[in-house]
Amino acid sequence: MYPQVLLQNRKPDRIATLAEYQRSGGYEGLSRVLEAQAPTEVRQVLLDAILLGRGGAAFPAGVKMMTVAEDAPFPRYLVCNADEMEPGTFKDRVLIHADPHQLIEGMALASYAVSAEHGIIFIRPEYEGAARILEREIGIAREAGFLGKNILGSGFSFELVVHRSGGRYICGEVTAQLNALEGRRPNPKQPPPYPTEKGLWQKPTVLQNVETLCCIPHILKNGAQWFKDLALTESGAGTKVFGISGKVNRPGCYELPMGVRLSEIIEEYAGGMKNGAAFKACLPGGASTSYLTQEHYHIEMDFEALKKVGNRLGTGAIMVFDQHTCMVAATLNLIEFFARESCGWCTPCREGIPYIRDILWRIETGEGEASDIPALRKICKYLWHAYCAFAPGAVAPVEGLLTYFEDEMTAHINQKKCPFKGS
Amino acid sequence: MQTESQTESLEKEIQAAEHPRELAVDVMAAIQARDGYLSDAGVAEAAGLLGMSPVEIEELATFYTFIYREPVGRYVIHICDSVVCWMEGAETIGEHLMKALGIRMGETTPDGLFTLLPVCCIGYCDRAPAILINKKAYGPLTIGELDRIIDGLRNSDDANEAAAEAANPKKQVLKR
Ligand SMILES: Cc1cc2nc3c(=O)[nH]c(=O)nc-3n(C[C@H](O)[C@H](O)[C@H](O)COP(=O)(O)O)c2cc1C
Ligand code: SF4
Ligand code: FES
Repeated sequence: MYPQVLLQNRKPDRIATLAEYQRSGGYEGLSRVLEAQAPTEVRQVLLDAILLGRGGAAFPAGVKMMTVAEDAPFPRYLVCNADEMEPGTFKDRVLIHADPHQLIEGMALASYAVSAEHGIIFIRPEYEGAARILEREIGIAREAGFLGKNILGSGFSFELVVHRSGGRYICGEVTAQLNALEGRRPNPKQPPPYPTEKGLWQKPTVLQNVETLCCIPHILKNGAQWFKDLALTESGAGTKVFGISGKVNRPGCYELPMGVRLSEIIEEYAGGMKNGAAFKACLPGGASTSYLTQEHYHIEMDFEALKKVGNRLGTGAIMVFDQHTCMVAATLNLIEFFARESCGWCTPCREGIPYIRDILWRIETGEGEASDIPALRKICKYLWHAYCAFAPGAVAPVEGLLTYFEDEMTAHINQKKCPFKGS
Repeated sequence: MQTESQTESLEKEIQAAEHPRELAVDVMAAIQARDGYLSDAGVAEAAGLLGMSPVEIEELATFYTFIYREPVGRYVIHICDSVVCWMEGAETIGEHLMKALGIRMGETTPDGLFTLLPVCCIGYCDRAPAILINKKAYGPLTIGELDRIIDGLRNSDDANEAAAEAANPKKQVLKR
């Protein structure tokens, strides 16, 4: 059993209370930091810990916080991204339901690091239960003196609120989320200016994922070196909450060291493949990553290792496909998602994704032609020129299909039907 | 269901807010909870409350999955059709619900009880196949379980109230 950090207080049926969180050392980091450390020192510790963003883009949290200028205007905002709408991803939900005070403390610390006095948790409507838990526990934390005015007598103040989304995947993208928070249509905005300079209401704004923020109390309590040592690989740092679903016996969230092997996650933690199923492929980090196949079965799951094989760890949401799954149909399903969720702002994405969907649909239904494969390759390239990272994310599984399963596509085209469907 | 006093408390919140438009989704959701959906009048009302133009509200209302611009049933069932649920039989779940309720995707039962809508991954992939009924998640579902859930909702007090309302629309339970 590996050390449990973020999920150490998880219980099968209820959240960890404030008392339980404190018994495990919760809010110790905050007390100590507010007493003895300057915001710059906090940022430096996070930088040294190589805390990479867990929301998909793997950007170093310390670097992001450092870009808030010393003389940046006030008020400054800290936004917690609990949108989590990427198919396959459910770790943030589990983290909030397990130990809400861990997120609250993480936000208090992050806000101190950048001198933000306003915090907002942006949450998807499907997580209404989590939103209510957070509102209740924020009240409890405030009463205990961990939030609000003059926290623990330090002079530092931080107010935290929950913002409910109306539900659209693009709201998870930083700049779209800021628009959403301002009550504007959530289209992305291309930087510059970066949100850390001019974000919410044109004020400096730091936005981090739930899991990233949850790591912060532990790093400040135990140190940067401790955090780095949690990982199994040289390049990794910390643990990762992997969410695994699909054709495995025990789908769910497992907190494991960064760099743990894919095969170990599937066999030791997810209970192996379902009865009669054999591993064929998986998406390693949500719908906007590419496929890993049999040749990657023992890959070390960290940001670096996945980059080396042209993939991404993304959110660490592993979706496992078996030998009976048609990869053309699976990719078609994924692209349907992206076609539906495109914000429609820019043409390559708004027009290109439905075009890909139509070609995949034809191939899947037996009407594909050999020329469809090079055509798909070409369109995928165009989508890299879209306005935001949504479209390159959308084509990741399509490119994976073209790289690893061209034979399956060709079989559809030659047989004029889906070979996985009973004849 | 939202009562008048809850919309009033929202009005207070708007007055206190530095940037009222940040409450746009909350306001649309509150009007929707009171009226059952966001009607044209509801759009205008939200615009008035927030000091925004109706078209600004409209572009938000039509953008978000959980704001309904058409009347919906008392129970809105969103069926996840994203990749994990698809793999675990979402299509069967959808087909079964359509048959059991006698409606197609996007429709509402004549008694005003159920609306069926597709939805993207709801973040319960560990419990695939999963659905959402009035924002509460259910899964992993079997056909038997699904039938039990639907029967339970049909026989609830809420459902009887809705049926009475549907039979006699003049007798509005909700005040404007
Ligand atoms: C289309 C799209 C959707 C995204 N959705 C989410 C999301 O739901 N949650 C999240 O934390 N990050 C999401 N991201 C990544 C964010 O843009 C951003 O990188 C992240 O929230 C920053 O936090 P982190 O550095 O702590 O990971 C999304 C990005 C894109 C392009
Ligand atoms: S890439 Fe897609 S989601 Fe991003 S701005 Fe363009 S249309 Fe919108
Ligand atoms: S794919 Fe259905 S809940 Fe995620």
